[in-house]
Amino acid sequence: MARTPAELAGAEPDPPFEITFDGRTVTALPGQTLAAALWGAGILAWRTTRAGGRPRGAFCGIGQCYDCLATVNGTPNRRACLVPARPGDAVTTQEGHGHAPLGV
Amino acid sequence: MPRSASEPYDLAVLGAGPAGLAGAVAASEAGLSVALLDSSGQTGGQYFRHPAPALRARRPHALHHDWPAFARLRRRLEAGTTDHFGAHHVWTVTREGDDAWTVHALTGADGDGERPVRIPARAVLLATGSSERHLPFPGWTLPGVVAAGGAQAMLKSGLVLPGRRIVVAGSGPLLLAVASSLAAAGADVPAVVEASGYLGYARHPRALATNPHKLLEAAVHGSALLRHRVRTLTRHAVTEAHGTDRVEAVTVTRLDRDWRPVPGTGRRIACDALAVGHGLIPQTELATTLGCATRRTPDGTAALALDDLQRTSVPGLWAAGETGGVGGWRLARVEGELAGLAVAAHLRGRPAPGGRARELRRRRDRLRAFADAMAAAHAPGPGWTGWLTDDTDVCRCEEVTAGRVREAAGDLGARDARTVKLLTRAGMGWCQGRMCAAAVACLAAAGTAEGTVPPSAERRPLAVPVPLGVLASEPE
Repeated sequence: MARTPAELAGAEPDPPFEITFDGRTVTALPGQTLAAALWGAGILAWRTTRAGGRPRGAFCGIGQCYDCLATVNGTPNRRACLVPARPGDAVTTQEGHGHAPLGV
Repeated sequence: MPRSASEPYDLAVLGAGPAGLAGAVAASEAGLSVALLDSSGQTGGQYFRHPAPALRARRPHALHHDWPAFARLRRRLEAGTTDHFGAHHVWTVTREGDDAWTVHALTGADGDGERPVRIPARAVLLATGSSERHLPFPGWTLPGVVAAGGAQAMLKSGLVLPGRRIVVAGSGPLLLAVASSLAAAGADVPAVVEASGYLGYARHPRALATNPHKLLEAAVHGSALLRHRVRTLTRHAVTEAHGTDRVEAVTVTRLDRDWRPVPGTGRRIACDALAVGHGLIPQTELATTLGCATRRTPDGTAALALDDLQRTSVPGLWAAGETGGVGGWRLARVEGELAGLAVAAHLRGRPAPGGRARELRRRRDRLRAFADAMAAAHAPGPGWTGWLTDDTDVCRCEEVTAGRVREAAGDLGARDARTVKLLTRAGMGWCQGRMCAAAVACLAAAGTAEGTVPPSAERRPLAVPVPLGVLASEPE
């Protein structure tokens, strides 16, 4: 019986690379989305809500719920479940609507 | 048929899942020029979602019972002349005249691309699939609570799990498939919690007898679950998820026939993730914006009303697969092929296709009968609102609680989801009600004479969020 999804699917990806989440190093595999890389590191939340400040992460997994919005390399409101991870990506927890720096 | 860059395609197919792939292949093999668009970079849709090439999965079929059928379709697509536009997010379709349409799409992994595109076509096949239906419960916004199909999608494409010990809950046949793949991928699945009973299928003996592959599928999932020692609890629901910053346990409660939680029957199951969903809803927004008529399915969703040749009520627009009613990938493939043949006959000015089309229509009717039986067996009972506390968030985006929705529906007199939205902002956030519309409609209708009124057909003029700059660059 397979013990990991990668073993089950017989994945033999190219060497992993690093991204960061709120400054912490996270290992990603080529071909994974940012959300997949974060789940792989046991991270399930990378956004706090506008009203309650509650933690959120990927829910629908297919780009429809927008709960997985993250700030990626300074750009807010990227859907982490759709955006492919690239070496050196800096993902930061998105607070509220993600546009606080604009003062709006 | 060769086509110059300025010339419209004969057919634009929206969605590259089983229905769209089969439609594109059939139309292309019949000699039409075909553009196939999908928001994903890869073909397969949600059902045949698979790892990106860079993950080099040697056994993608380990996550799919029917992988060879998809591989064959994909080979036929690649051998033909269809232009595949991956990572194209269609936000609207406009009618330019008789047999003249423009498909408007954003590009990029999440629609962030700088370059929006417009693709002209003489006919459009809508194969936009379905999305999950969600019924809220206390704690469902906690990290670690994920959509059942979402857990499946993240596993199939990213080879990851949301936790180690994952409860699977909700209703519908998808749950068994999700539980067996999560278990095969190494997760401990302490329980599958199904709100309906599987006995509902027994009321449709004819639909079962004529669809033996469905029994086989159930047996395959059933034996996989037995092998992994997964317990299935029917007529039960997860009525609360516990935890502060992530889920730590769920309460599972027995339900009566109407899905009303039975007091005193709740028990806790420890877990670090919950995969939950209550069936699928046809994605019809592009079609309803164009005026396509819908029909009510046995489980209360709105699906496109289609004729014998997969035509919508709007001339020039065809549809296939889940958008015309949820029924699984085999039905989607049959309808896609039928639609492809029908479009070819229409554009060539020929009478309705015979032979192969007759056989496809026969198979479609048989599979549709099973889909209807399945939908009836898993239709949400009205009692589910009994597990909602007033402080449960119903609208995840705008953080609108059940208490506020009930207030709008009670004291303020709202009777439908739209009025509730105007009063509370439920459904006004990023997802535009995709996650909460079913629940809001139920709550809004709770006080009316009709009881549970299903949500009206989706009306979202923009099917995905569109930057203002893109709208400003539109001609006129």
